[in-house]
Amino acid sequence: MHDYLLSLLIWLPIAAGLVVLLLGERNIVAGRWISLLATLATLALCVPLWRDFNTHTAAYQFVEKAAWIPRFHAYYALGVDGISMPLIVLTALMTIPVVIAAWDVIKARPAQYYASFLIMEGLMIGVFAATDALLFYFFWEAMLIPMFLIIGIWGGPRRVYATIKFFLYTFLGSVFMLAALIYMYVKCGSYSIAAFQALPLTLTEQRWIFAAFLIAFAVKVPMWPVHTWLPDAHVEAPTGGSVILAAIMLKMGGYGFLRFALPIVPDACRHLYFLIVVLSLIAVIYIGFVALVQQDMKKLIAYSSIAHMGFVTLGVFLVYAILRNTGTTHGAAMGMDGAMVQMVSHGLISGALFLCVGVLYDRMHTRQIADYGGVVNTMPVFAGFMVLFALANTGLPGTSGFVGEFLVILASFKANFWYSALAALTLILAAAYTLWLVKRVVFGPVGNERVAKLTDLNGREFLILGALAAVVLLVGVWPAPLLKVMGPSIQHLVHQAVATKIPA
Amino acid sequence: MSESMMTLHSLGPAVPEIYLAAAICLVLLFEAFIGARRPGATGTLSLLVLAVGAGLTVAFADVTHRVVLFDGSYVADPLAFVLKLAGFLSVAVALLYSRTYLRNREILKGEYYVLALTALLGIFVLISANSLLTVYLGVELLALSVYAMVAFDRESGVAAEAAMKYFVLGAIASGILLYGMSIVYGLTGTLNLGRIAAAVSAPDSLGVVLAVTFIVVAVAFKLGAVPFHMWLPDVYEGAPTSVTLFIGTAPKIAYFALALRLLAHGLAGVTVDWTRMLMPIAVLTLVVGNVVALAQTNIKRMLAYSTISHVGFIILGFVAGTASGYAAALYYTLVYVLVSLGSFGVVVLASRKGFEADQLSDYKGLYRRDPLLALAMAMLMFSTAGVPPFVGFWAKLRIIQALWESSHLWLVIIAVVMSVVGAFYYLRVVKLMYFDDAPQTLPPTERSLGVRFALGVNAAAVLVLGVLPAPLLDLCAHVIH
Repeated sequence: MHDYLLSLLIWLPIAAGLVVLLLGERNIVAGRWISLLATLATLALCVPLWRDFNTHTAAYQFVEKAAWIPRFHAYYALGVDGISMPLIVLTALMTIPVVIAAWDVIKARPAQYYASFLIMEGLMIGVFAATDALLFYFFWEAMLIPMFLIIGIWGGPRRVYATIKFFLYTFLGSVFMLAALIYMYVKCGSYSIAAFQALPLTLTEQRWIFAAFLIAFAVKVPMWPVHTWLPDAHVEAPTGGSVILAAIMLKMGGYGFLRFALPIVPDACRHLYFLIVVLSLIAVIYIGFVALVQQDMKKLIAYSSIAHMGFVTLGVFLVYAILRNTGTTHGAAMGMDGAMVQMVSHGLISGALFLCVGVLYDRMHTRQIADYGGVVNTMPVFAGFMVLFALANTGLPGTSGFVGEFLVILASFKANFWYSALAALTLILAAAYTLWLVKRVVFGPVGNERVAKLTDLNGREFLILGALAAVVLLVGVWPAPLLKVMGPSIQHLVHQAVATKIPA
Repeated sequence: MSESMMTLHSLGPAVPEIYLAAAICLVLLFEAFIGARRPGATGTLSLLVLAVGAGLTVAFADVTHRVVLFDGSYVADPLAFVLKLAGFLSVAVALLYSRTYLRNREILKGEYYVLALTALLGIFVLISANSLLTVYLGVELLALSVYAMVAFDRESGVAAEAAMKYFVLGAIASGILLYGMSIVYGLTGTLNLGRIAAAVSAPDSLGVVLAVTFIVVAVAFKLGAVPFHMWLPDVYEGAPTSVTLFIGTAPKIAYFALALRLLAHGLAGVTVDWTRMLMPIAVLTLVVGNVVALAQTNIKRMLAYSTISHVGFIILGFVAGTASGYAAALYYTLVYVLVSLGSFGVVVLASRKGFEADQLSDYKGLYRRDPLLALAMAMLMFSTAGVPPFVGFWAKLRIIQALWESSHLWLVIIAVVMSVVGAFYYLRVVKLMYFDDAPQTLPPTERSLGVRFALGVNAAAVLVLGVLPAPLLDLCAHVIH
């Protein structure tokens, strides 16, 4: 089974999605259960993936390779290492609450809704599992179509504007990456990512390719100043769409930097790391302030996502700052570890927070903070979860949010005191905007009559929030297994990132 | 006797043309004696003729050799085989889609089919042209048939205007082509493209540059490249939609062949001259086509400008000036024809008696009225936008690859930026169909099962060729070497 485990992970949800689509809206009860079973089965497939993953090597594992376009040496090549494997598990995990959360909430075209998310899940796993650049790009772009439809069909009042903005922003970013990938193919005669990583490139070439990667990944992360699509997309997207956007799609930007930018154009990264560091710190601080003034809960969490993703890009590029400052790469792995943990953790926490907003929205049909107040009085169990995820978002020790931020801040001390001082501001800012949100929505006296009539979580909602809370705490208390899985791959990546590829 | 046997045998490679010419006579006679009383019978016969023709082409195909016939004026090579097969198929599909449309407008007449078949014959002659004379013969046969088709609905003033515009401008373009050819003949003393290729090898000589200029202009006009594109949106909009469907598809195969035979083969020695001229044309075509398409409210005009932008991509393949570039242009052309058949087909199928679905707003909420049509159109639109997993993605990829191989950095950047601009108006169609509510007043769409099945296959092909692109990519690279 291990010979085609990754293929199963990709194609099982896609096949299930097509089945649900064909069953149509009339057989939605069956469609719903098929969706749930398919997502659970996908997560079950992650068990052997995690269990039999060799944590002592940075090489690709569970590899598959089949001819795809022999003329262009493009292969259907799959494989995972310590960087992609946790993200695949995260994808499989986060699609389940999306399906459950939609159970009797999505009334319009539910079969298409489930099908979109199932197909999306397969494509996203494909992005992380592809070891062929063309296959990677194939999944990367194909993913835009279901998300475009999800926001456009099931979204809020300004959904059309939001979804077209989302599509065009990400499409614009990606086509430059495509051009860069084809350029490298023409140079080395292969689309294998490993071949790109081994390809010598002059500094000029590397700068151009870095620019292409930066546009593609910065839009996806998103980094300031190309982040403006995200708040719109999040606000308009249905709950499930927001969860997948925040939990998985944003991670693809970070993954792209780790898989493509650092190992393929290390010299350009070394020359331009300062740019990324500055942009990341702007994201952390400026966007943190922007989040403070938001009136809309989803928008606030969206800005908080941008700020938290700033930590990811900072952690990834700290290696060059450390190298410059200390002459060694000691501590660089810690920054990348932090970035990876932050990605996983943010996937869990932001997903959970969007689900919390979804719970409130389903009852009140408003996302305005001002429309709430004193929710704890009528929904005590929900309030407990909301406070937990909010605290995790601020980086409270014991939750997963703490581990990633702590590692990145620790690593940034090695690079430059000011980096860490500025980055650490997030601990104050995130606490300010998140706790203020909680204060205004959850605590205080009952805000109005509609809040007074709220009913607490039902079993379905309790199940998904409870499960996510358990994972958030587990990763927070015991991150060692995660770090162990990533270890060798991160070490290898640090090695690649500081080696020069300029031909002598 | 043995000599006549040999002659007959040696005519084998020309079977598609000979067959088609004979079949056209048959269809004419059929229409005169039987078809006139039974509307639609001629259409069925024509489809049969095309199916048999495709079968014969495959049966007589020699896909490994290049055979030159008729004193060097005709060539049958693997490329011609592929293009002719594509011609048969695309005309058959176009005629299949158009049937109800023609009946609803009371122009379901045998002559329509005869004209379509003569146009196809012109396409074939052009595809297999190996001398300037054959090239011109093909160009005119195709063009004259198509002018008449545009004017086929004689009650329609718009169509007559479009036909007039097309005819006048087309005649000028033919004149320009002839003028360029005459200079080539004056320089080389031969009409044979092979001998011209051997004789013309001095780039930048005045006579050659003059000849190349005229030929490039004529080719650009026929393809609809900027700044010789003015006729295209007017003709697409004015012609009956079934004719738009026809001229938007099969003739592009012929004009690709025109560019390839004249420029890439006949004037191979001065590639540097004509690539230099095509470069600004390609850039202008991409920019104008995509930017102007943004402002359209009529879907036929929008698709016309989208066609122009695709022509820009095809020309970029020629600008690369390499076998890889020509193969990319061939692939792009075939993909373009496949996708256009579908998207113009949807416009034809969404139209009813007394109602032309030619405004973008006519597609509002199409998903609710006809999910299959909407799904097909959405797939076709994502494909034209170049989004995987649809085949249009590979077409753009091949062009960009060819440009990189010839180190055209700026052309790559313009091409990718313009493909993003283009994505906007394709997305707008999807938006109208899926995100907007349907007005109550719109009539139902075509329900004929066979036609819907054909459209389903057409859209499915766009997906299947997108997921498994290798066979078609290989074929295109194989026939151009």
